Amino acid sequence: MPTNTKWWNGGRSPFNASYGKVMMWYFLMSDAFTFGAFLISYATLRFSLNDWVDPNHVFNSFPLAGSANLPLAFVSLMTFILIFSSVTMVLAVHEGHNMNKKGVEKYMILTIIGGLAFLSCQAWEWTHLLTHEHEVWINGVNGAAGHVELWNTTVSHNPFGPEITVNGHEYATPGPISFGSYFFEITGFHGFHVFSGVIINIVMYIKAKSGHFEQRGHYEMIEKAGLYWHFVDLVWVFVFLCFYLI
Amino acid sequence: MSAHSASPEITFHPEHTGGTKKIWKTFWLLSVITIIELVIGLTIYNIHKGEHPNATLVLMFKGVVCILTLAKAYYIVSIFMHLGDEIRNMIMTIVVPLCLFIWFIIAFLWDGTSWKNLKNTNAGSREYKVEKVEKHTAPEKGAKD
Repeated sequence: MPTNTKWWNGGRSPFNASYGKVMMWYFLMSDAFTFGAFLISYATLRFSLNDWVDPNHVFNSFPLAGSANLPLAFVSLMTFILIFSSVTMVLAVHEGHNMNKKGVEKYMILTIIGGLAFLSCQAWEWTHLLTHEHEVWINGVNGAAGHVELWNTTVSHNPFGPEITVNGHEYATPGPISFGSYFFEITGFHGFHVFSGVIINIVMYIKAKSGHFEQRGHYEMIEKAGLYWHFVDLVWVFVFLCFYLI
Repeated sequence: MSAHSASPEITFHPEHTGGTKKIWKTFWLLSVITIIELVIGLTIYNIHKGEHPNATLVLMFKGVVCILTLAKAYYIVSIFMHLGDEIRNMIMTIVVPLCLFIWFIIAFLWDGTSWKNLKNTNAGSREYKVEKVEKHTAPEKGAKD
Protein backbone atom coordinates (compact mmCIF):
# COMPACT_ATOMS: atom_id res chain seq x y z
CA MET A 1 0.00 0.00 0.00
CA PRO A 2 1.47 3.41 -0.89
CA THR A 3 2.44 5.45 2.16
CA ASN A 4 0.38 8.47 1.11
CA THR A 5 -2.92 6.61 0.98
CA LYS A 6 -5.36 8.67 3.02
CA TRP A 7 -7.52 5.76 4.06
CA TRP A 8 -8.45 5.32 7.64
CA ASN A 9 -6.27 2.75 9.41
CA GLY A 10 -7.57 -0.51 8.10
CA GLY A 11 -8.29 0.99 4.73
CA ARG A 12 -12.02 1.43 5.17
CA SER A 13 -14.10 3.94 7.07
CA PRO A 14 -15.78 2.27 10.04
CA PHE A 15 -18.73 4.60 9.51
CA ASN A 16 -18.88 4.27 5.74
CA ALA A 17 -18.22 8.01 5.52
CA SER A 18 -15.07 9.85 4.55
CA TYR A 19 -12.66 11.01 7.22
CA GLY A 20 -13.30 14.69 6.46
CA LYS A 21 -17.03 14.37 6.79
CA VAL A 22 -16.85 12.48 10.10
CA MET A 23 -14.43 15.07 11.49
CA MET A 24 -16.72 17.88 10.35
CA TRP A 25 -19.46 16.23 12.40
CA TYR A 26 -17.22 16.07 15.47
CA PHE A 27 -16.21 19.69 15.02
CA LEU A 28 -19.87 20.69 14.85
CA MET A 29 -20.60 18.65 17.96
CA SER A 30 -17.92 20.53 19.88
CA ASP A 31 -19.23 23.82 18.51
CA ALA A 32 -22.69 22.82 19.74
CA PHE A 33 -21.21 22.56 23.24
CA THR A 34 -19.75 26.05 22.93
CA PHE A 35 -23.07 27.55 21.91
CA GLY A 36 -24.85 25.40 24.46
CA ALA A 37 -22.59 26.70 27.22
CA PHE A 38 -23.27 30.30 26.19
CA LEU A 39 -27.02 29.81 26.08
CA ILE A 40 -27.15 27.87 29.35
CA SER A 41 -25.08 30.48 31.13
CA TYR A 42 -27.51 33.11 29.82
CA ALA A 43 -30.45 31.03 31.04
CA THR A 44 -28.86 30.56 34.48
CA LEU A 45 -28.44 34.28 34.90
CA ARG A 46 -31.95 34.93 33.70
CA PHE A 47 -33.37 32.39 36.15
CA SER A 48 -31.53 34.13 38.98
CA LEU A 49 -33.03 37.57 38.34
CA ASN A 50 -36.45 38.86 39.34
CA ASP A 51 -36.80 40.99 36.22
CA TRP A 52 -35.71 40.50 32.67
CA VAL A 53 -36.52 42.45 29.53
CA ASP A 54 -39.60 41.78 27.44
CA PRO A 55 -38.24 40.74 24.02
CA ASN A 56 -41.44 41.91 22.34
CA HIS A 57 -40.71 45.36 23.67
CA VAL A 58 -37.01 45.42 22.73
CA PHE A 59 -37.29 43.88 19.27
CA ASN A 60 -40.36 45.61 17.94
CA SER A 61 -38.97 47.69 15.10
CA PHE A 62 -38.61 47.12 11.40
CA PRO A 63 -36.46 48.99 8.86
CA LEU A 64 -38.29 51.98 7.32
CA ALA A 65 -41.30 51.36 9.56
CA GLY A 66 -40.47 54.24 11.88
CA SER A 67 -41.69 53.75 15.42
CA ALA A 68 -44.43 51.27 14.53
CA ASN A 69 -44.81 48.55 17.16
CA LEU A 70 -44.11 45.30 15.30
CA PRO A 71 -43.04 42.64 17.79
CA LEU A 72 -41.31 39.58 16.30
CA ALA A 73 -41.68 40.84 12.71
CA PHE A 74 -38.06 41.52 11.83
CA VAL A 75 -36.66 38.47 13.58
CA SER A 76 -39.12 36.20 11.78
CA LEU A 77 -37.89 37.67 8.50
CA MET A 78 -34.33 36.76 9.56
CA THR A 79 -35.45 33.26 10.53
CA PHE A 80 -37.13 32.64 7.19
CA ILE A 81 -34.09 33.97 5.30
CA LEU A 82 -31.90 31.46 7.11
CA ILE A 83 -34.32 28.54 6.64
CA PHE A 84 -34.56 29.34 2.95
CA SER A 85 -30.80 29.54 2.52
CA SER A 86 -30.61 26.15 4.23
CA VAL A 87 -32.96 24.77 1.58
CA THR A 88 -30.86 26.17 -1.28
CA MET A 89 -27.77 24.66 0.37
CA VAL A 90 -29.29 21.20 0.60
CA LEU A 91 -30.38 21.56 -3.04
CA ALA A 92 -26.76 22.37 -3.97
CA VAL A 93 -25.65 19.18 -2.20
CA HIS A 94 -28.35 17.29 -4.10
CA GLU A 95 -27.14 18.66 -7.45
CA GLY A 96 -23.61 17.68 -6.41
CA HIS A 97 -24.71 14.07 -6.00
CA ASN A 98 -26.03 14.21 -9.55
CA MET A 99 -22.73 15.75 -10.74
CA ASN A 100 -24.67 18.71 -12.12
CA LYS A 101 -22.12 21.54 -12.16
CA LYS A 102 -24.56 24.24 -13.28
CA GLY A 103 -27.06 23.27 -10.59
CA VAL A 104 -24.43 23.41 -7.85
CA GLU A 105 -23.32 26.87 -9.00
CA LYS A 106 -26.87 28.20 -9.08
CA TYR A 107 -27.80 26.99 -5.61
CA MET A 108 -24.47 28.05 -4.08
CA ILE A 109 -25.05 31.58 -5.36
CA LEU A 110 -28.54 31.60 -3.83
CA THR A 111 -27.14 30.32 -0.52
CA ILE A 112 -24.48 33.03 -0.48
CA ILE A 113 -27.13 35.69 -1.17
CA GLY A 114 -29.23 34.30 1.69
CA GLY A 115 -26.26 34.47 4.04
CA LEU A 116 -25.47 38.04 3.05
CA ALA A 117 -29.12 39.02 3.50
CA PHE A 118 -29.10 37.57 7.00
CA LEU A 119 -25.89 39.40 7.89
CA SER A 120 -27.35 42.68 6.62
CA CYS A 121 -30.43 42.17 8.79
CA GLN A 122 -28.24 41.53 11.78
CA ALA A 123 -26.15 44.64 11.05
CA TRP A 124 -29.34 46.69 10.97
CA GLU A 125 -30.61 45.18 14.19
CA TRP A 126 -27.36 45.83 16.05
CA THR A 127 -27.14 49.38 14.74
CA HIS A 128 -30.71 50.02 15.78
CA LEU A 129 -30.14 48.72 19.32
CA LEU A 130 -26.84 50.56 19.73
CA THR A 131 -28.04 53.91 18.43
CA HIS A 132 -31.75 54.12 19.24
CA GLU A 133 -32.30 56.05 22.48
CA HIS A 134 -34.92 55.32 25.12
CA GLU A 135 -36.04 57.34 28.11
CA VAL A 136 -34.99 55.83 31.43
CA TRP A 137 -35.88 56.97 34.92
CA ILE A 138 -32.71 57.18 37.04
CA ASN A 139 -33.22 57.23 40.79
CA GLY A 140 -31.65 60.00 42.81
CA VAL A 141 -28.83 58.92 45.09
CA ASN A 142 -28.74 60.08 48.74
CA GLY A 143 -31.91 62.13 48.52
CA ALA A 144 -31.11 63.83 45.22
CA ALA A 145 -33.97 64.14 42.76
CA GLY A 146 -34.46 61.42 40.21
CA HIS A 147 -34.20 62.33 36.56
CA VAL A 148 -34.71 61.06 33.04
CA GLU A 149 -31.78 60.02 30.84
CA LEU A 150 -31.62 58.81 27.27
CA TRP A 151 -29.97 55.41 26.97
CA ASN A 152 -28.99 53.16 24.07
CA THR A 153 -28.89 49.40 24.47
CA THR A 154 -25.24 48.45 24.92
CA VAL A 155 -23.16 46.03 26.98
CA SER A 156 -23.25 48.52 29.86
CA HIS A 157 -26.72 50.08 29.49
CA ASN A 158 -30.12 48.45 29.38
CA PRO A 159 -33.06 50.86 29.11
CA PHE A 160 -35.68 48.10 29.28
CA GLY A 161 -36.09 47.52 33.01
CA PRO A 162 -39.42 47.37 34.90
CA GLU A 163 -41.66 50.37 34.39
CA ILE A 164 -42.57 52.85 37.08
CA THR A 165 -44.95 55.79 37.15
CA VAL A 166 -43.53 59.15 38.16
CA ASN A 167 -45.78 62.21 38.13
CA GLY A 168 -48.26 60.38 35.97
CA HIS A 169 -45.67 59.40 33.36
CA GLU A 170 -44.62 55.82 32.66
CA TYR A 171 -40.88 55.40 32.61
CA ALA A 172 -38.68 52.38 32.18
CA THR A 173 -36.01 51.89 34.83
CA PRO A 174 -32.52 50.51 34.15
CA GLY A 175 -32.76 46.79 33.40
CA PRO A 176 -30.20 44.06 34.03
CA ILE A 177 -26.91 44.94 32.35
CA SER A 178 -26.32 41.31 31.43
CA PHE A 179 -29.02 41.53 28.76
CA GLY A 180 -26.83 43.55 26.41
CA SER A 181 -23.68 41.55 27.05
CA TYR A 182 -25.39 38.21 26.47
CA PHE A 183 -27.34 39.41 23.47
CA PHE A 184 -24.35 40.90 21.68
CA GLU A 185 -22.06 38.05 22.69
CA ILE A 186 -24.28 35.23 21.51
CA THR A 187 -25.76 36.82 18.39
CA GLY A 188 -22.28 38.14 17.59
CA PHE A 189 -20.72 34.70 17.90
CA HIS A 190 -23.49 33.29 15.74
CA GLY A 191 -23.14 36.14 13.24
CA PHE A 192 -19.43 35.41 13.00
CA HIS A 193 -20.30 31.81 12.18
CA VAL A 194 -22.65 33.03 9.45
CA PHE A 195 -19.90 35.29 8.14
CA SER A 196 -17.33 32.50 7.99
CA GLY A 197 -19.98 30.24 6.45
CA VAL A 198 -20.52 32.78 3.67
CA ILE A 199 -16.75 32.90 3.05
CA ILE A 200 -16.59 29.09 2.91
CA ASN A 201 -19.55 29.05 0.53
CA ILE A 202 -17.88 31.61 -1.74
CA VAL A 203 -14.73 29.44 -1.84
CA MET A 204 -16.90 26.42 -2.67
CA TYR A 205 -18.65 28.35 -5.42
CA ILE A 206 -15.32 29.38 -6.99
CA LYS A 207 -14.02 25.81 -6.77
CA ALA A 208 -17.20 24.43 -8.34
CA LYS A 209 -17.17 27.07 -11.06
CA SER A 210 -13.56 26.36 -11.97
CA GLY A 211 -14.29 22.65 -12.23
CA HIS A 212 -12.20 21.38 -9.31
CA PHE A 213 -14.90 19.06 -8.06
CA GLU A 214 -15.67 17.73 -11.52
CA GLN A 215 -11.99 16.84 -11.90
CA ARG A 216 -12.00 15.20 -8.51
CA GLY A 217 -15.03 13.15 -9.48
CA HIS A 218 -17.25 14.08 -6.56
CA TYR A 219 -18.79 17.08 -4.81
CA GLU A 220 -18.12 16.03 -1.25
CA MET A 221 -16.63 19.39 -0.31
CA ILE A 222 -20.04 20.93 -0.97
CA GLU A 223 -21.52 18.41 1.45
CA LYS A 224 -19.04 19.39 4.17
CA ALA A 225 -19.61 23.11 3.65
CA GLY A 226 -23.31 22.30 3.72
CA LEU A 227 -23.00 20.62 7.11
CA TYR A 228 -21.44 23.78 8.49
CA TRP A 229 -24.10 25.97 6.93
CA HIS A 230 -26.96 23.87 8.30
CA PHE A 231 -25.35 23.97 11.70
CA VAL A 232 -25.47 27.77 11.57
CA ASP A 233 -29.19 27.54 10.85
CA LEU A 234 -29.58 25.02 13.68
CA VAL A 235 -27.93 27.37 16.18
CA TRP A 236 -30.16 30.22 15.02
CA VAL A 237 -33.22 28.12 15.82
CA PHE A 238 -32.06 28.06 19.45
CA VAL A 239 -30.93 31.69 19.56
CA PHE A 240 -34.35 32.65 18.16
CA LEU A 241 -36.00 30.63 20.92
CA CYS A 242 -33.89 31.92 23.80
CA PHE A 243 -33.68 35.61 22.94
CA TYR A 244 -36.82 36.44 21.02
CA LEU A 245 -39.55 33.95 21.84
CA ILE A 246 -39.30 33.25 25.56
CA MET B 1 -23.14 9.61 -13.44
CA SER B 2 -21.51 7.81 -10.52
CA ALA B 3 -20.67 10.43 -7.95
CA HIS B 4 -18.25 8.52 -5.75
CA SER B 5 -15.45 7.21 -7.89
CA ALA B 6 -12.82 8.99 -5.77
CA SER B 7 -13.83 8.07 -2.22
CA PRO B 8 -12.05 4.79 -1.53
CA GLU B 9 -12.85 4.89 2.19
CA ILE B 10 -16.51 4.35 1.48
CA THR B 11 -17.53 0.74 1.16
CA PHE B 12 -21.19 1.05 0.28
CA HIS B 13 -22.18 3.95 -1.89
CA PRO B 14 -25.46 5.38 -0.68
CA GLU B 15 -28.25 5.70 -3.18
CA HIS B 16 -29.13 9.30 -3.83
CA THR B 17 -32.25 8.54 -5.74
CA GLY B 18 -35.44 10.40 -5.19
CA GLY B 19 -35.84 13.99 -6.16
CA THR B 20 -36.05 17.12 -4.12
CA LYS B 21 -39.53 16.32 -2.84
CA LYS B 22 -38.34 15.40 0.65
CA ILE B 23 -36.30 18.62 0.89
CA TRP B 24 -39.25 20.84 0.03
CA LYS B 25 -41.51 18.88 2.34
CA THR B 26 -39.07 19.55 5.19
CA PHE B 27 -38.91 23.23 4.22
CA TRP B 28 -42.68 23.57 4.50
CA LEU B 29 -42.67 21.66 7.76
CA LEU B 30 -40.03 23.98 9.24
CA SER B 31 -41.92 27.04 8.00
CA VAL B 32 -45.20 25.87 9.50
CA ILE B 33 -43.53 25.11 12.86
CA THR B 34 -41.92 28.56 12.81
CA ILE B 35 -45.26 30.21 12.10
CA ILE B 36 -46.85 28.31 14.99
CA GLU B 37 -43.99 29.49 17.21
CA LEU B 38 -44.57 33.08 16.13
CA VAL B 39 -48.29 32.80 16.86
CA ILE B 40 -47.49 31.49 20.34
CA GLY B 41 -44.92 34.29 20.79
CA LEU B 42 -47.58 36.89 19.95
CA THR B 43 -50.04 35.16 22.27
CA ILE B 44 -47.53 35.46 25.11
CA TYR B 45 -47.10 39.12 24.19
CA ASN B 46 -50.83 39.69 24.44
CA ILE B 47 -51.08 37.81 27.73
CA HIS B 48 -48.36 40.07 29.15
CA LYS B 49 -50.24 43.14 27.98
CA GLY B 50 -53.31 42.13 29.97
CA GLU B 51 -54.10 43.20 33.52
CA HIS B 52 -53.20 39.98 35.33
CA PRO B 53 -50.89 37.80 33.25
CA ASN B 54 -51.46 34.14 34.03
CA ALA B 55 -47.95 32.89 34.85
CA THR B 56 -48.82 29.20 34.50
CA LEU B 57 -50.33 29.75 31.06
CA VAL B 58 -47.26 31.70 29.92
CA LEU B 59 -44.97 28.96 31.23
CA MET B 60 -47.01 26.35 29.39
CA PHE B 61 -46.80 28.26 26.10
CA LYS B 62 -43.05 28.66 26.57
CA GLY B 63 -42.74 24.91 27.13
CA VAL B 64 -44.63 24.25 23.90
CA VAL B 65 -42.29 26.60 21.99
CA CYS B 66 -39.26 24.74 23.40
CA ILE B 67 -40.65 21.41 22.24
CA LEU B 68 -41.40 22.82 18.77
CA THR B 69 -37.82 24.11 18.58
CA LEU B 70 -36.49 20.64 19.37
CA ALA B 71 -38.68 19.28 16.58
CA LYS B 72 -37.17 21.83 14.18
CA ALA B 73 -33.67 20.86 15.29
CA TYR B 74 -34.49 17.21 14.66
CA TYR B 75 -35.66 17.87 11.10
CA ILE B 76 -32.67 20.09 10.25
CA VAL B 77 -30.17 17.55 11.54
CA SER B 78 -31.76 14.40 10.21
CA ILE B 79 -32.96 15.61 6.77
CA PHE B 80 -30.94 18.68 5.80
CA MET B 81 -27.70 17.43 7.31
CA HIS B 82 -28.49 13.84 6.24
CA LEU B 83 -27.53 12.46 9.65
CA GLY B 84 -30.52 10.16 9.40
CA ASP B 85 -28.90 8.51 6.36
CA GLU B 86 -25.63 7.73 8.14
CA ILE B 87 -25.10 4.38 9.79
CA ARG B 88 -26.33 3.94 13.34
CA ASN B 89 -22.94 3.77 15.05
CA MET B 90 -21.93 7.14 13.64
CA ILE B 91 -25.22 8.72 14.73
CA MET B 92 -24.58 7.38 18.23
CA THR B 93 -21.06 8.85 18.48
CA ILE B 94 -22.60 12.26 17.88
CA VAL B 95 -25.90 12.02 19.74
CA VAL B 96 -24.74 10.22 22.90
CA PRO B 97 -22.19 12.89 23.96
CA LEU B 98 -24.85 15.54 23.40
CA CYS B 99 -26.90 13.87 26.15
CA LEU B 100 -24.60 15.73 28.55
CA PHE B 101 -26.86 18.68 27.83
CA ILE B 102 -29.64 17.05 29.85
CA TRP B 103 -27.52 17.27 33.01
CA PHE B 104 -26.07 20.60 31.94
CA ILE B 105 -29.46 22.28 31.60
CA ILE B 106 -31.01 20.80 34.75
CA ALA B 107 -27.98 21.59 36.94
CA PHE B 108 -27.53 25.16 35.81
CA LEU B 109 -31.18 26.18 35.81
CA TRP B 110 -31.40 24.69 39.30
CA ASP B 111 -28.40 26.81 40.25
CA GLY B 112 -30.01 29.96 38.84
CA THR B 113 -33.23 29.30 40.75
CA SER B 114 -31.33 28.73 43.98
CA TRP B 115 -29.43 31.96 43.46
CA LYS B 116 -32.70 33.84 43.09
CA ASN B 117 -34.14 32.23 46.22
CA LEU B 118 -31.08 33.18 48.24
CA LYS B 119 -31.37 36.78 47.10
CA ASN B 120 -35.08 37.08 47.75
CA THR B 121 -34.88 35.46 51.19
CA ASN B 122 -31.62 37.15 52.19
CA ALA B 123 -29.90 33.76 52.25
CA GLY B 124 -32.81 32.12 54.08
CA SER B 125 -33.02 34.64 56.91
CA ARG B 126 -36.41 36.08 56.02
CA GLU B 127 -39.55 35.25 54.08
CA TYR B 128 -39.43 35.19 50.30
CA LYS B 129 -40.02 38.72 49.09
CA VAL B 130 -39.24 40.39 45.79
CA GLU B 131 -38.04 43.88 46.57
CA LYS B 132 -39.18 46.52 44.16
CA VAL B 133 -36.44 48.91 45.15
CA GLU B 134 -36.93 51.24 42.23
CA LYS B 135 -40.45 52.18 43.19
CA HIS B 136 -39.54 53.59 46.58
CA THR B 137 -36.43 55.59 45.97
CA ALA B 138 -37.81 57.99 43.39
CA PRO B 139 -37.98 60.98 45.67
CA GLU B 140 -39.62 63.57 43.49
CA LYS B 141 -42.58 65.47 44.90
CA GLY B 142 -45.88 63.91 44.09
CA ALA B 143 -44.19 60.70 43.04
CA LYS B 144 -46.61 57.85 43.29
CA ASP B 145 -46.49 54.19 42.56
